[in-house]
Amino acid sequence: MATKTYAGVNVELNDEGYMTDSSQWTKEIATEIAKQEGVELTDKHFEVLEFIRNKSAEGATLTIRGINKSGVVDAKSFYQMFPGAPLKKSTKIAGVPKPESCI
Amino acid sequence: MKKLLILGAGTAGTMMANKMRKHLERDQWDITIVDQFKTHYYQPGFLFIPFGMYTKNDVIKPKSDFFPTGMHVIYSKIDKIQPKENNVLLADGVILKYDYLIIATGCKTAPEEVDGLKDKLWYKDIYDFYTVEGAVALADHFKTWKGGELVINVSELPYKCPVAPLEFAFFADAFFTERGMRDKVNITYVTPMPGAFTKPRATKMLGDLLEQKNIHLIPDFAIMEVDNDEKKIIDFGGTEVKFDCLVSVPPNMGDDAIERSGMGDDMNYVPTDKHTLRSDKYENIFVIGDATNIPTSKAGSVAHFAAEILEENLLCAIEGRPFTASFDGHANCYIETGYGKGTLIDFNYDTEPLPGSFPFPGLGPFGLLKVTRMNHYGKVLFRWIYWHILLKGKEMPIDSEMQMAGKKL
Repeated sequence: MATKTYAGVNVELNDEGYMTDSSQWTKEIATEIAKQEGVELTDKHFEVLEFIRNKSAEGATLTIRGINKSGVVDAKSFYQMFPGAPLKKSTKIAGVPKPESCI
Repeated sequence: MKKLLILGAGTAGTMMANKMRKHLERDQWDITIVDQFKTHYYQPGFLFIPFGMYTKNDVIKPKSDFFPTGMHVIYSKIDKIQPKENNVLLADGVILKYDYLIIATGCKTAPEEVDGLKDKLWYKDIYDFYTVEGAVALADHFKTWKGGELVINVSELPYKCPVAPLEFAFFADAFFTERGMRDKVNITYVTPMPGAFTKPRATKMLGDLLEQKNIHLIPDFAIMEVDNDEKKIIDFGGTEVKFDCLVSVPPNMGDDAIERSGMGDDMNYVPTDKHTLRSDKYENIFVIGDATNIPTSKAGSVAHFAAEILEENLLCAIEGRPFTASFDGHANCYIETGYGKGTLIDFNYDTEPLPGSFPFPGLGPFGLLKVTRMNHYGKVLFRWIYWHILLKGKEMPIDSEMQMAGKKL
């Protein structure tokens, strides 16, 4: 457990750099975390981040296929927007826990 | 007369019918169970069929063998549930009323969810082993297969029996070694998970086993489509894996009737309280087994442990008392590793699989996260236990709540 200052706010993070208190999240914090991940956020990014935050709040399991079917973004663009590991990166920037499969 | 209605006569529904018929007086309570199929499948046995260890006859029995006396059985498709009216509509137009409803409609494979999976190579070079048809077709294919790239792919989470595709890989290694053609078969395990399994210790143990057996692991692979002409699978990130024989675990989905009822999430799983097993929305509806969205394995062992919780909580609801039982997500999986040996994992919502002994601390006889001959016997014996004890809802000498005794942190 550590804290780090993003956009002038002391943000609580876990060992992997994921926010532990989702309610601390702001667009400004997201922008700074994204920069650190090498992602420049656009309006489309924020639309996706909002979808992820809503799903996460519902307790739903996030999967690439689920996002592909969401109507918000298709999987190919999702990979382009968050290159490499889109689910891990997008959840980190969205201030929600890293998707963990619970099997 | 009060009415308890159970939808689905698989592992979970059959267990609940047996348990509840013992508790509820016959002159006060009607119990009815509905299922569209007359055959009960021992699903853990499907894994053994492609390798010629079991045949179809080893895994099927009539459902009617397992129902208690004094209840109604209806073989029919379910059209939909009308939860506000306490009605269930059957496909032939019959309307069933209920006071309490148990949804145990399970989940099934949905190969049509992945582009190109159920296409011209389906059951020619592409197989599943989560249906008896797929397992039998694959057994035939392996009899004369000359070898090549054997690719095992998990489409997405969640899916039934999370360890089964790993067991399949271990069995394939042993099977082709025993046939003297392992050098002609390249085995690759392709998964959307970041490693062989999810939780750290089991992932390490099972990942090491894959390596020892010369099975290649491709993690973080979210399948987009199957190219039937080039014989390759492609993920959304652009990674491609070529195959000569593809063994797929297709996406799993809840029953269509759940979708028609407007009661499911986007995979047709019913939102369920993970501790009480009551529907999140309806007070007189309970959900058990693969049909739920609770965050644990979709597996018979989970249904079995959950059945003991649901038995108690349903009685609480009927008698107007607060719930006294709470489900911990307990799962217990024997994992075949080939050559007559196996390993075992035991875990719940909060505790990852840990090493140790089971069920008796220090004594076993089963070893957790260890590869032993005894663990394999445990799995083999389980088929007998399943047919004769488990489905009938009889007591087993294993706690429904996961125990820390015998585990090493």
